[in-house]
Amino acid sequence: MKLDSKIPEGPLDKKWTNHKSNIRLVNPANKRNIDVIVIGTGLAGASASASLAEMGYNVKAFCFQDSPRRAHSIAAQGGINAAKNYQNDGDSVYRLFYDTVKGGDYRSREANVYRLAEVSTNIIDQCVAQGVPFARDYGGLLDNRSFGGVQVSRTFYAKGQTGQQLLLGAYSALSRQISKGKVKLYNRHEMVEIVKVDGKARGIIAKNLVTGELERHGAHAVVLASGGYGNVFFLSTNAMGSNGSAAWKAHRQGALFSNPCFTQIHPTCIPVSGTYQSKLTLMSESLRNDGRIWVPKEKEDAEAIRQGKLKPTDLPEEKRDYYLERRYPAFGNLVPRDVASRAAKERCDAGYGVNKTGQAVYLDFASAIQRYGKEEAAVQGLKNPSAQEITDLGKKVVASKYGNLFQMYEKITGDNPYQTPMMIFPAVHYTMGGLWVDYNLMTSVPGLFATGESNFSDHGANRLGASALMQGLADGYFVLPYTIGDYLADDIRTGPISTDSKEFEDAENEIVERTQKLMNAKGKHSVDEYHKKLGLIMWNECGMSRNAEGLKKAMKEIQELRADFWENVKIPGNINEYNPELDKAGRVADFLELGELMCKDALEREESAGGHFREEHQTEEGEAKRDDENYAFVSCWNYKGNPSDAELIKEDLVFENIELKTRSYK
Amino acid sequence: MNLTLKVWRQQNADSKGEMVTYKVSDITPDMSFLEMIDVLNEGILSGDIEDKQNYGPVAFDHDCREGICGMCSMYINGEPHGPGRAVTTCQLHMREFSDGETIYIEPWRAKAFPIIKDLVTDRSAFDRIIQAGGYVSVNTSGNTQDANALPIPKENADAAFDAATCIGCGACVAACKNSSAMLFTSAKVAQLSLLPQGEPEREKRVMDMVKQMDEEGFGNCTNTGACSVECPKEISLENIARMNREFLRANLTSSK
Amino acid sequence: MSGLIKSSLAKKYWMAATGLFLCLFLVGHLAGNLQLFIPGEEGKIQFNEYAKFMTTNPIVRVLSIVTFASVLFHVIDGIILTVANKKARPQNYAYSKPSKNSIWTSRNMGVLGTIILAFIITHLSNFWYKMKFGSLPVDSAGYTDLHGVVMEAFQSPIYVIIYVVSMVAIGFHLWHGFSSAFKTMGVSHKSYTPLIEKAGYAFSVIIPLGFALIPIYVFLTNS
Repeated sequence: MKLDSKIPEGPLDKKWTNHKSNIRLVNPANKRNIDVIVIGTGLAGASASASLAEMGYNVKAFCFQDSPRRAHSIAAQGGINAAKNYQNDGDSVYRLFYDTVKGGDYRSREANVYRLAEVSTNIIDQCVAQGVPFARDYGGLLDNRSFGGVQVSRTFYAKGQTGQQLLLGAYSALSRQISKGKVKLYNRHEMVEIVKVDGKARGIIAKNLVTGELERHGAHAVVLASGGYGNVFFLSTNAMGSNGSAAWKAHRQGALFSNPCFTQIHPTCIPVSGTYQSKLTLMSESLRNDGRIWVPKEKEDAEAIRQGKLKPTDLPEEKRDYYLERRYPAFGNLVPRDVASRAAKERCDAGYGVNKTGQAVYLDFASAIQRYGKEEAAVQGLKNPSAQEITDLGKKVVASKYGNLFQMYEKITGDNPYQTPMMIFPAVHYTMGGLWVDYNLMTSVPGLFATGESNFSDHGANRLGASALMQGLADGYFVLPYTIGDYLADDIRTGPISTDSKEFEDAENEIVERTQKLMNAKGKHSVDEYHKKLGLIMWNECGMSRNAEGLKKAMKEIQELRADFWENVKIPGNINEYNPELDKAGRVADFLELGELMCKDALEREESAGGHFREEHQTEEGEAKRDDENYAFVSCWNYKGNPSDAELIKEDLVFENIELKTRSYK
Repeated sequence: MNLTLKVWRQQNADSKGEMVTYKVSDITPDMSFLEMIDVLNEGILSGDIEDKQNYGPVAFDHDCREGICGMCSMYINGEPHGPGRAVTTCQLHMREFSDGETIYIEPWRAKAFPIIKDLVTDRSAFDRIIQAGGYVSVNTSGNTQDANALPIPKENADAAFDAATCIGCGACVAACKNSSAMLFTSAKVAQLSLLPQGEPEREKRVMDMVKQMDEEGFGNCTNTGACSVECPKEISLENIARMNREFLRANLTSSK
Repeated sequence: MSGLIKSSLAKKYWMAATGLFLCLFLVGHLAGNLQLFIPGEEGKIQFNEYAKFMTTNPIVRVLSIVTFASVLFHVIDGIILTVANKKARPQNYAYSKPSKNSIWTSRNMGVLGTIILAFIITHLSNFWYKMKFGSLPVDSAGYTDLHGVVMEAFQSPIYVIIYVVSMVAIGFHLWHGFSSAFKTMGVSHKSYTPLIEKAGYAFSVIIPLGFALIPIYVFLTNS
């Protein structure tokens, strides 16, 4: 298979404009005769559905939740980046582009990232026009904050609920088109297969989750906006329903899967507290602006803390190890996500972890409280304030900045973070890898498109904070609606896609057979038991750090687990009813294949880049060692039956505008 | 902790449901309420927990499990989302309960939210209310005016944001003795009426959304305030008054 | 404009508007009734003269028709709303603890209203009907002696209890109803809503208390 990424000719900053001017269009009268299916209603899906419908296409939108507003984009806290330069701090499209490529450890496509930075400014205009209530300053203008290691303030936000506000904006645009009849919504529906006719994606088989019925839906193009696959780890910050199945079905139908091993582990999440745990909760990255991360210097102290014999507040300064400040004096607690996560793991593995399980580090606001307290006392003109007064004032300032996060932490853990340091640990958060797409966001299957987190395109090996929202909306509002026309221009005479064809028939039969097979398994273990086992294998061997031996072992274990799953899984109830266990089983079946491919990809990539850290490839000081000579490519996996047999195709990454450098935060 | 659960079980929309008793044990205070239900379901699946009538695992809506998607929806011990304040069911933790306690778990009950199975209800009535007008009619051209061309007083922007934090879970309807959807509807009306972007469609929006709300079969607001108390996002009752004002104004001034 | 007749909000507007009008009526009614505290023949004549004025003055007659209409409207609208509210939840919770999220009076306006309606009927048949259609004696000044009827009625402890209990019901009804009516009409602002609420609580205590004192006073002084 030969890959054509269709990157337009010309200078970087003209590529998108030129491309838009040159690609083919579909005239409005013809759009009325063209159907598009969109899977998922998150930022990418809702915005794409709304935009395509506005343009005149007939859209069918699918979501497995009860309402399109529930897609997991809603949980994004921090913000959305855009190169508006409202703060006049020297931001520009180029700088956003540069930061994104560098932050991604030089494993993304220049042209795609530049386009993303270019349209980022439109996103903010669009969202404000929709009534998204971004934070504003007293002059009534939009406020910005800085985020994750970059040197400018370009992040637009709505308190700690930016994702929610942006999604509700996209949802409102979608709702408007539903009310006009241009979008038909299928909620509580899950796509279970992509149907190809003559090699082109021409529809899907969807399952009505309430009745269990299978439905055939034909269309001239299918757009996947189905999110990432972080739930392969079982425990992650993803929603319980987030799954990789749509992308995996696409992969099975011939769409290449790119960089599956690039997973983002977020450093500040609430640690696991027991085996019953179902998900992990993120604490916004913004906490690292003021919190200091530490573990005890002595193992005995860590041990005593774990056993509850010693309180962290009783440990004197000189017995604490502020390891990020020690290792990375220049960036300290504000190193990028991948670096912070690995450092925490390193300390815990060495036996310095602090909660019962030994898998947690402290995030301490005591010194911030003191610092702010003194400042505030000075502002208020207090002379010789008492220690208590300073602490009280400091707590007030911290509360005004992070009050809702502190409250959330207390609700979950029962600890008061104003009095005792928070405990945090890294958790799986985002997957940079995904379906391979060309510049038009089309996968290697003609007519099948992938947007948002489900594609691989913009974040390389590590995503910067506040960039996921940007990409989802950029793809859905401003990229796909244009580029899809280039493909659909061939379909103006095709007419409606019949769902009576043999291809639909076969696809449906295969699903029925597969479901029957699941239901007929011997019934010894629940779906969750398998999912948890898979998650543990992935976390241990394909998590924050990986090595060849572990990855090989993991692949073998996953193969065995998969075989056991099909043999012994237990699914209650019937096929033709609302049966969440059955739906879950279908998703876990796919994860059991995807997980293996992730390990294979991690094994293949003999370098450390971004979220992918191979223990064999590190400097003497334990920092990541990239290999630009041999691994400056996108790994694209072609499905060949078993994941272990997948064929590797490489798309070489060409850097014409950026010089490749080693990331250093020392 | 050991607990007695009394859970509403109902096979499907057409069948008659009943409260069924289950015993769960080894619940730890750090578990979230939904994780406790996970334990119940694993127990039912494995046969460790007695499920006399063979209902199987309890069906319940849940997704993000961090209090923002609005999917989880249980009426626990007589209150939507249980005894906690400003929390969704997934943010409710078992430390709020005591050993040996009996916990009642029911679905949202409203004509407009028909039960699909067990604790799962159909809340698409909310979607239809939004579809009736809960948006600004602007196409995604990317050529709208610059975001900063129109300053908005911080106070209004903040108030709009507070109203916009509604997660559409339906606790307001569940809590209201009249199953009224006024808090939900008014939150969206208020958000857009506070912003200049919402101005052109201000009258039409409130009239259309109220009309849809009425058609869905929700009850009437009697200002008991239960909705706001139980709202996981603490949406203010002020929004309802604002919608009352907007609707009155629209009917008196609109040319329609 | 059809929204002001058919919609759920319209029904609430009418409920609030009639309720607030009836609050005004209560003030006027109490002001007149306070004359019952004036002792002796002088008080008797003054009250009877007032009663005559109230039943004959054309403006007052118009007002009284509006009042009757308001009561009727308030009752019918209330029934319509209550029926709709019941329909909105065909199946009730097996276990519910509404006291956790709302006050009793706010949830029982219908019950309180029914008590009040029963009271109004009793009250009208006791006094208004007798005044209007009965053959009452006249006082020394030639006015129909409603004062005497009042004095006689409140000799009975049962009447006194009925009246006092009914005033408690009115108090509870107003406790929620007064400020709620303003909110329903859209009158709400963080600067004055607390004032309206406080005024409502004061109103719901003072007015019914004033009414309730009359039968108690009469009972204690005349028997």
